[in-house]
Amino acid sequence: MNSVNSALKKAKFLEYIFRVVLGFAALFIGIILPIVIFIILYKEASLAIDKLGIINFITSTDWDPVAGKFGGLVPLVGTLIATFLATLIAAPISMGIAIFLTELSPNKLKPIFSTAIELLAAIPSIIYGMWGLFVVAPLFGEKVEPWLQDKLGSVPVIGKLFEGSPTGVDVLTTSLVLAIMIIPFMSSVVKDAFNMVPPIMKESAYALGATKWEVIKQVMIPITASGIAGGLILSIGRALGETMAVTFLAGNVNQIPHSLLDPFTTITVALANQFTEADTDIYLSSLYFLALILFIMSFIILYLSKLMLLQIEKKWKV
Amino acid sequence: MGANKLKRKIENYTFLTLSLFSAVFGLFFLFWILGDLFINGFKYINIDLFTKDPVPPGMEGGGLKHAFIGHIIITFLGTIIGTPIGILAGIYFAEYGRNSKIARIGRNIVDIMVSNPSIVIGAAVYAILVKPVGHFMGIAGGVALALLMIPVIVITTDEMMKLVPRETREAAYALGAQPWQVSFQVVLRAAKVGVLTGVILGVARISGETAPLLFTAFNNNFTNLDPTKPMASLTVTVFQYAMGPYDEWHRQAWAASFILTFGVLIASITARYLIQRKKH
Repeated sequence: MNSVNSALKKAKFLEYIFRVVLGFAALFIGIILPIVIFIILYKEASLAIDKLGIINFITSTDWDPVAGKFGGLVPLVGTLIATFLATLIAAPISMGIAIFLTELSPNKLKPIFSTAIELLAAIPSIIYGMWGLFVVAPLFGEKVEPWLQDKLGSVPVIGKLFEGSPTGVDVLTTSLVLAIMIIPFMSSVVKDAFNMVPPIMKESAYALGATKWEVIKQVMIPITASGIAGGLILSIGRALGETMAVTFLAGNVNQIPHSLLDPFTTITVALANQFTEADTDIYLSSLYFLALILFIMSFIILYLSKLMLLQIEKKWKV
Repeated sequence: MGANKLKRKIENYTFLTLSLFSAVFGLFFLFWILGDLFINGFKYINIDLFTKDPVPPGMEGGGLKHAFIGHIIITFLGTIIGTPIGILAGIYFAEYGRNSKIARIGRNIVDIMVSNPSIVIGAAVYAILVKPVGHFMGIAGGVALALLMIPVIVITTDEMMKLVPRETREAAYALGAQPWQVSFQVVLRAAKVGVLTGVILGVARISGETAPLLFTAFNNNFTNLDPTKPMASLTVTVFQYAMGPYDEWHRQAWAASFILTFGVLIASITARYLIQRKKH
C-alpha cells in the first residue's frame, strides 16, 4: 500500500513538474517575450525619447547623424507609402488568386497551384531583394519607367507621379516586389475563408440561377468580409516589417518621395543600413526609437487582423 | 431580359478571366524568380565555392566556405534552442491550455509573433546579448533565429496535436495514465510527423533570414567555428556581395542564392506534403 502511495505521489509530482515546464514555455512565447521585447526597445529608445520628444521625433524630417539631428518622419512616411502601394497592388490580385484556387481550378490541380503560390512566401526576402536589384530594377529603369513616363507623363495629376529620372531603384519597383511578397499571405487567408463558406449557401444561390461571379460577389464575399479584411491587414503587417527586399530597392535616400520614380527610405531600411554604423548613443537610440515605432505599429495591425479572422472562424467553423 | 442575361454573362466571364490572370501573374513571378536564380546561379556552382575561403575583393576565385559553415552553425544553434521551447509550448496550448483564457490570449499573441518584423527581434537581441558583451557573435544570431522559429513550431505542434482524435486520449486515461503521460507518450507520439513538420517549417523560415543576423552574428571573412565570435552566414554574405561592386562577388552571390533558395523550397515542399498527408 505504501509503495502505491509513493508511486502516486511521484506521479503527481511529475505531473506538476511537466505542467510548470510546459506552462512556462507557453507563457514565455505567448506573453513574456513580446513584453520583454517592448521593454528592451523602450529602454534603448528612452534616450532619444527624452532628448528629442515623441511628437518632435515623428514630425521632424531632419536626419543628420553628424549634426546630431534625428527625426523619424521620412522613414515613417516611406514605410507607409511602400506598404500602401504594395497592398494596393496585392489586394485585387490576391482576391483573384483566392477565387481561382477555390472556384476555378480543377480539383486535381488545386494542391499544386496553391503550393506554387505559397512557395512565393517561402522564397527568402534577400532573394527578392537581389533579384529585384539585378533583374527588375534595370528592366524598370531602362524600359518600363521611360515608357510609363512617355505614356502617362503628360496626363494631368497622374503625370506628376512619374516625374524624375527613371533609375529602377525607387518607390514603384519597391512596391511591386513587396506586393509579390505579400500576395501569398493574403491569398491564402482569403482562400481559407472562402473554403469555410457552407456549400449549401452557394448551392442555393446557384439554384436561383446566379452566375459564378454573382455567387462570389453576392454570397461568398459578403459572408467572408471579415476574413478578407483580416487577410488584408495581415499582408499590411507583413509589408510594414519587410526589410531585405526593400533595402536593396528603396535607394536609401532620406527624402519623402514626390513621385513613384523617386528613391526613398523606410524604417527597416534605416535600421538595416545604419544600425551597425551608429557611433553615438543618441544615434543608436534614435534607431531604436524607429524600431519601437515599427514594433508597436505592426503589433497593433497584426492584432486587428487576428481579431477579424477570429470573427469569421467563430461564425462559420463547426 | 435577353440583354440583361447577356450582360450578366459577360460580367461573369470578365471577372473569372481576371481571376485566372491573377493566378497566372503569381505563377509568372514564381517562375521568373526561380528561372533567374537557375540561369544566373547554377553555372557558378563549383567545388571551390564550398571548399575555399574568400579571396580579397576584386580577385577571381575563392569560395564561400566560411559562409556555408557559419550558416549551418547559426541555423543549428537556432534550431536546438528553438525546437524544445516551441514543442513544449505547443503541447501546452494543445493539451493543457485548451479552455483557459490566458492560454487563448497567449495563442493569439503567438500568431502575431509569427509575422513580427524580424529586424526588430534582431535589434532586441543586439541590446541584450551583443551590446553588453561588446562584440557580435554567432550565438546571438542563433538566439535571434530561435525566437523567430519558436512561434512557427508552436502553431504547427498545436494544430497537429489537435488532429489526434479524442478517443486516443480517453483510451490512455482509461488505462490509468497521468495527463503528462498522455501528452508525451500518446498524443505527441501520434503527432510526431506533424511536429517534425513544424520543425522543418521553422528551419526553412530561419535559414532564409538576413535582417536579424545583421546586428547579431554580423559577418566574418574567415571560416570560424567559434560561436562566441562574429560569424558569416550565407544570407548576410549574399547581402554584402550583391551590394558590392565586383562581378566575382555577384557571381558568388547568385550561386549562394540558388543553393539557399532551392534548399528552403525543398524543405517547405516536404513540410507541406507531410501536413497534407496528415490532414486527410
